[in-house]
Order: sequence, then C-alpha cells, then structure tokens
Amino acid sequence: MDEQLQATPICGRHRALNALMAPFGGWDMPIQYEGIIAEHSWCRSQAALFDICHMGEFIFQGDFETSGLEEVFTFSVKSIPVGRSRYGFLLNKQGGIIDDLIVFRLTEDKVMIVVNAATAPKDFAVIKERLRGGAFSDITAATGKLDLQGPLSRYVMVELIGEEVATIPYFKFITMNILGVEAIVSRTGYTGELGYEIFIPSEKVCELWDLLLTDERVKPAGLGARDVLRLEVGYSLYGSDIDEETTPLEAGLEGFVNFDKSFVGKEALLRLKEQGVTRQKVAFEVAGRRSPRHHYEICSGEEAVGSVTSGVFSPMLGKGIGIGFIKPELASIGTPLTIRHERVSMEATVCELPFFKGGSVRS
Amino acid sequence: MSMYFTKEHEWVKVEGNIGTVGISEHAAHELGDITFVELPKIGAAVKQFGVLGSIESVKAASDIFSPLSGKVIKVNEALDTAPEAVNESAEDAGWMAQVEIADESELKNLMTQEQYDDYLKTL
Repeated sequence: MDEQLQATPICGRHRALNALMAPFGGWDMPIQYEGIIAEHSWCRSQAALFDICHMGEFIFQGDFETSGLEEVFTFSVKSIPVGRSRYGFLLNKQGGIIDDLIVFRLTEDKVMIVVNAATAPKDFAVIKERLRGGAFSDITAATGKLDLQGPLSRYVMVELIGEEVATIPYFKFITMNILGVEAIVSRTGYTGELGYEIFIPSEKVCELWDLLLTDERVKPAGLGARDVLRLEVGYSLYGSDIDEETTPLEAGLEGFVNFDKSFVGKEALLRLKEQGVTRQKVAFEVAGRRSPRHHYEICSGEEAVGSVTSGVFSPMLGKGIGIGFIKPELASIGTPLTIRHERVSMEATVCELPFFKGGSVRS
Repeated sequence: MSMYFTKEHEWVKVEGNIGTVGISEHAAHELGDITFVELPKIGAAVKQFGVLGSIESVKAASDIFSPLSGKVIKVNEALDTAPEAVNESAEDAGWMAQVEIADESELKNLMTQEQYDDYLKTL
C-alpha cells in the first residue's frame, strides 16, 4: 500500500463491505462492492450511493470583479444566481484544461468551487495566484461529499433527509440542516440519472452514509460503476479525455466557454478558433461486445488517425462504446472507424452523444 | 475425469482424447464482470500455451491460452450472447472450447487441482 494515499472518512465502511480498493487521484477508493455491472444497473433503476469525499472543495469570499475571480474560469461567476451552480473550466494560457469544475454560488459574495481530486492541489495554487484579493481557502479535508444517484433518489432523500429536497431543480442547490449540521444538497451528478450531491462536514459524513444505506432502495456503488455511468452519457473524465494538452474547442465543450467575457486562455482559444482545430473529440459505437480502451489506436482504413481516451462495454446498449480524438474531417456521424490494439481489431461507427439517452437526470 | 490447470489460470478437463477448456473461478473472479469472450474457430490448430482466444471484462482484456496442443472441435457459442456465464460457472457451464488432444504427455506441464490450489496461495 502506497503510504502517500489519502483515505476518506468512509474508508473503514468500504473495507467492512469487502470492497475492491484501488488508488484514484491520490486516494484509496472503492472500485466495486458486489460488481460493476450490478452497481451500474442499480444506479440506472434504483438509487446508488457513492463516496466522493476525495473531490476537492474551495471557498472564495470577496468581490468577484476586483479580486479577479471573474476572469479565472471560462464562465462568469457573478452571473450565476445565488443557489445555482455552473460547470466549466480552469484553463492555462495556451487554452489547455487545468481542470473541469463546478462553481456553487452560495451568497452574494461567496462561492464554493468543486474540483477533481488529482488536480486539487494544482488548481488551488493556480487560482490563488490569479487572485488579487478576497479570502480563498481549501476546505477539502473538512468537507464530506456523498452522491446519491438514480431514479428513486428523490424519494429516498425526501423520506430520510427532508421534504425540501423534492423541489430542487437541475443544477440548483439548497442549504439545509442534516443530522444537526448545515449541509448543501445539490441536484447535480455524474451518472445521467436524477440525483444529488451532498456536502456535509466530514465528521458527519459516516453517519449520513449509514443513514442513506438504511433504505433498501439504496446500495453503495464504486468508481468502476461511476465510470461506466458517466461514459454512457458522454461526460468527460479529467486526466483521460481532457487534460492540459486539450482545449475545450477540441473536446467539444465550447458550450461551457463564455467568449463575451475575459478569462485566462481566451486569446489562445480565439486563435485556435480562427485556425481551426487539428483534432476533435469523437464518440463511437463498436459493432459487438468488445470494449475499446484508453490508448487503443483509432484507424480509418489502414491509416492511424487518433486514439481512444475512454472506452467501455455499455450494459445499456449491449455493445462497446468509446470516445477519442481524431482528425476533424473524420468526425462526422456515421463515419466508419477501426479500433486497434495488438491483435485486437473492432469495427466502429461515429455516433452522437449521449450514447444512452434514457437517463432520469432531468425528471 | 481429471482436471488440470495452467499458471495463466486456464483449466482443462480430460475425457478420453477430448479436452474441455475454460478459465478458473479464481481468474473469473479477478476479471470481474465478463462482457465478451473471443472463441477460437472450429478446426483451428492450437499449441500448448498458445493463444486460444481472449476474454474481456469491464476492467480488463486478456488472452486465453490453450492448456494443451490439439484441434478445436467445439466451442461454447452460448458465450457469444451470455459471456456472464463465465462469472456464474467458470469451471462448468462457462467452458470455452473443446480440443482433440494431440499429445497427452503435455499434461505433465500442467498442475493438478491440488497443485493449483497451492499455487493460488502463493499469489
């Protein structure tokens, strides 16, 4: 066991459940409990509980404009209404993605920034360096985060947590009392299903985990199922699909970039827009049950034209699905591709996202 | 009928000159949910420890090696649509192929059940 690995407060529970544990983003995390496909299907039909305490949370308080926060991300912070959250990017000067993240507007002058675990220390340093004022702190260690995701999650939350959860719209959140402490319940997630992300002081997170599992409609799910769930709905995974060498333009995520405001990386993106991208994200379905995997080669005929960044067997579609980056001229829907790795070869077709369209996320 | 194992976790059940091949329960458990099995072609000649096919799970892809040399005479076509049978019954209903054994003396290169159980303890 790597001594550098961090453990979430729930770690003892995962071990007691006999979870398969593995390092993820510097943390010792549960990959699966009873099995990835069983947990995936439970999330698509019932309610799955994920320990997401590894993700980073920062608080900024101050004037968004004079502090420079307004220019840190690809979206406007000041235009997020209080009680809403917004997804977007922290970019480097070249337009590469340092991280994808969500900003929660807590009050008029206060936001919570939720970032990926592996990138959290770097994100904190970069944001801090770009700020000219305000108070900025890392509350990751003090903050527990659980995701309850699945079509039945609303019923569970209403019965166990409180009636006020019933009316939270997508990408809105409320602050409420849970187990005697102040917590944030947000209608967001990473599965394509109706669901909630709950932020609660870390000393109460085990108690909340236990409480949610008292409901027989709830089962724990690991990062293995989470990866299948997110890929079926086409969400990017930082470190696999997007990184500092990739811009939102190449990754098909321009919709989360607001060119009407100033932000770090804007000039590079504008130049790239003018020149045109040389590689582009593409989604493809495999003819058959083989799984494309990270780093497999994407070919057009005999010519190598790119590589796979995420791939998996989709239980919902009954076939292999993947995303990767290729030459833009080959990215149109219906283009035939071949995915290759050693003696493995699979025929694939460019398709639209999401792969799985039946999720309950907006219900 | 006797059962023999390879270090790569394949098994072979020998009945007369026919060997039925699959992967061990240990291997199926390690792979996790199996999503695809690539079966050999009937009539194909395989060598001992040569590639017989491949198997994929949500977590990983790996080759299946033939425990014995011979000619493939039958494959478990049910695995084309229900590869999860390997998770449910790795050492019985989850069999993959039957091979007409070319050289029974190759069995000396395999482990017995008892030897395989001891081998698993060393992993």
